[in-house]
Amino acid sequence: MNTMVANKAKAAQPQGAGPAALKVVARDVNVHYGQKHALKGVSIDIPDRSVTAFIGPSGCGKSTFLRCINRMNDTIANARVDGSIKLDGADIYDPAVDVVQLRARVGMVFQKPNPFPKSIYENVVYGPRIHGLAESRADLDAIVEKSLRGAGLWDEVKDRLREPGTGLSGGQQQRLCIARTIAVEPEVILMDEPCSALDPIATAVIEELIEELRKDFTIVIVTHNMQQAARVSQRTAFFHLGLLVEVDDTEKIFTNPQDARTQGYITGRYG
Amino acid sequence: MTPEAIRRLKRRYAAERRFKAYGIAAMTFAAAALLLLLVTVVGNGYTAFWQTQLRIEVFFDPDAIAPAGTTDRRRLMGADYRTVLLDAVSARFPEVRDRDGLRQLEGLVGSGAEVQLRDMVVADPGLIGQRRQVWLLAHSDIDMLIKGQTRLGDGARVTERQAGWLTALARGGDVDQFFNTRFFTGADSRDPELVGILGGVVGTTFTLLICLLLAFPLGVMAAVYLEEYAPKNRLTDIIEVNINNLAAVPSIVFGLLGLSVFINFFGMPRSAPLVGGSVLALMSLPTIIIAARAALRAVPPSIREGALGVGASKMQMIGHHVLPLAMPGILTGTIIAMAHALGETAPLLMIGMVAFITDIPTDPLSASTVLPVQIFMWADHPERGFVEKTSAGIIVLLVFMLVMNASAVWLRRKFERRW
Ligand SMILES: Nc1ncnc2c1ncn2[C@@H]1O[C@H](COP(=O)(O)OP(=O)(O)O)[C@@H](O)[C@H]1O
Ligand SMILES: [Mg+2]
Repeated sequence: MNTMVANKAKAAQPQGAGPAALKVVARDVNVHYGQKHALKGVSIDIPDRSVTAFIGPSGCGKSTFLRCINRMNDTIANARVDGSIKLDGADIYDPAVDVVQLRARVGMVFQKPNPFPKSIYENVVYGPRIHGLAESRADLDAIVEKSLRGAGLWDEVKDRLREPGTGLSGGQQQRLCIARTIAVEPEVILMDEPCSALDPIATAVIEELIEELRKDFTIVIVTHNMQQAARVSQRTAFFHLGLLVEVDDTEKIFTNPQDARTQGYITGRYG
Repeated sequence: MTPEAIRRLKRRYAAERRFKAYGIAAMTFAAAALLLLLVTVVGNGYTAFWQTQLRIEVFFDPDAIAPAGTTDRRRLMGADYRTVLLDAVSARFPEVRDRDGLRQLEGLVGSGAEVQLRDMVVADPGLIGQRRQVWLLAHSDIDMLIKGQTRLGDGARVTERQAGWLTALARGGDVDQFFNTRFFTGADSRDPELVGILGGVVGTTFTLLICLLLAFPLGVMAAVYLEEYAPKNRLTDIIEVNINNLAAVPSIVFGLLGLSVFINFFGMPRSAPLVGGSVLALMSLPTIIIAARAALRAVPPSIREGALGVGASKMQMIGHHVLPLAMPGILTGTIIAMAHALGETAPLLMIGMVAFITDIPTDPLSASTVLPVQIFMWADHPERGFVEKTSAGIIVLLVFMLVMNASAVWLRRKFERRW
């Protein structure tokens, strides 16, 4: 990893130990889609520079809550969000907050790899360019290299930066999307089932990458794969029917869950 | 496999073969219809690109052209070339003395020849007083006979005597066919041998340009608003239904609207491409809006999310990603709308673009006509010579359409990213 990673690395907390700085603090978040009450009073603390996994049966509101954190739900016409979500202590739903700037601080990686139908290079520089992070050609080149290295893709694509991003394999595309996200140097990265469209080998690569990225970024990952949650995360939150049932250190959730519903889910009784 | 299964498989194969055969039959029918159309039109029209001319010695008589000795342009334009022409033709056949004979002689060359002589003298006044061998445009009836479009005795447009003179001229090599440049460089005329299509081509170009400049940006902006910004409610539902209805309104209604709004209310000039283009723009708008909305809707949501996810504003998302991806579809809709507009006649009749205009329009405000209206007017003429001109006009219209569509397809290719 590059220098940016190195000097922040010591800030990364060993899992579960000590009072980690809180990056995101959500209190009593409710989401309605029209009449449907999709998320019911969710409160959660997400520590800085760690991986928090959201698990739960499908339709339980994991994505819905994830999309609250960068206000992606604003784009859904009939979605209504209330409650409070604070990023570094400032409410992101405050009317004074600019969504565009928020999304530069809270990046997102989606379930299906969705590189733009442009070259690999253009995919990476798009974010920095619209946020005015780099002016000169050399700066952009540097960002491309740094981001692609950060996403573990540099060695595979450095000779074909001008080729279309959509021509890469699924796993490479997803890493390109991660490079695109970290190119704007966000503080939080939201990942919504980033490996569900990938084969096991590509999944393993991404999981390794997440381990690297957490030295630098706060990561929230939705996954339907419990082994994955156990492997990559320090904290795990279990959602069920729109409720946040239980959130704790990952180890505890998988070895000694407090709630019977969590117990039932991780032992595979439903889901 | 059981016999039952084999029978079912056979039935399915047979059904599939039949299905394919229906498709091929339909395509053959369509291709045959198109071929028939092309063969008829080209067969009738290609002769119009050639014109019969007669070589006759002309004396540019100063007494007839410049009696006062003045050679300024205005005088020369208005001079009496008819006499010069008649003198030349009767000098070629001095044996003809009777009144009727002279009239028939005069009928060999049409008024096109007069215009030819005028143009020659205006271009070079030094010709006055000289003798020259000149290839003169034959009268349209003679032209038709030489081209075999009519036969002797056919309604007696050409007399036996005229035919005899033609034979005499031909024996001396004084009858020939030349490429009809005037058809591509001139405007409308009463004489079939003098008509040109360029007036219609230029008028159509102006009209379609106005139409495109108005309808394309308006249509795309409207589609972007409706698809990306407008809330989905009663009002937008009503707007949507009405746009669909508008696309089905008979075009003549748009012509009436143009007449009452653009000409009577806003006082725009009649017969002008500006008005014609505006009317056609109104007509094309719904088509472009509908196509553009469909194209915008077809852009995958994942691309929108990707753009928003890295912090693009809505406008950046639309401008950088959605519109470029939708552009091929939008252009396809625009091509269809423009092709319709190109062939539209009825609404243009309402706003006076059916006028007889002998000048090539110089700007979108000057009176002009368009290709389909020009073709319609020629088809209405009783003279035999206009038949081939009508078909030739259709050929030009088809070529215009091909060129227009080809350039649009080329443009669309540039937008289509093959990855
Ligand atoms: N755009 C939407 N409109 C209406 N209902 C939605 C929308 N998105 C999600 N939902 C509903 O909200 C609930 C939670 O969905 P989601 O957060 O996607 O679940 P998960 O990601 O945990 O599978 C589901 O019942 C789903 O049907
Ligand atoms: Mg989901």
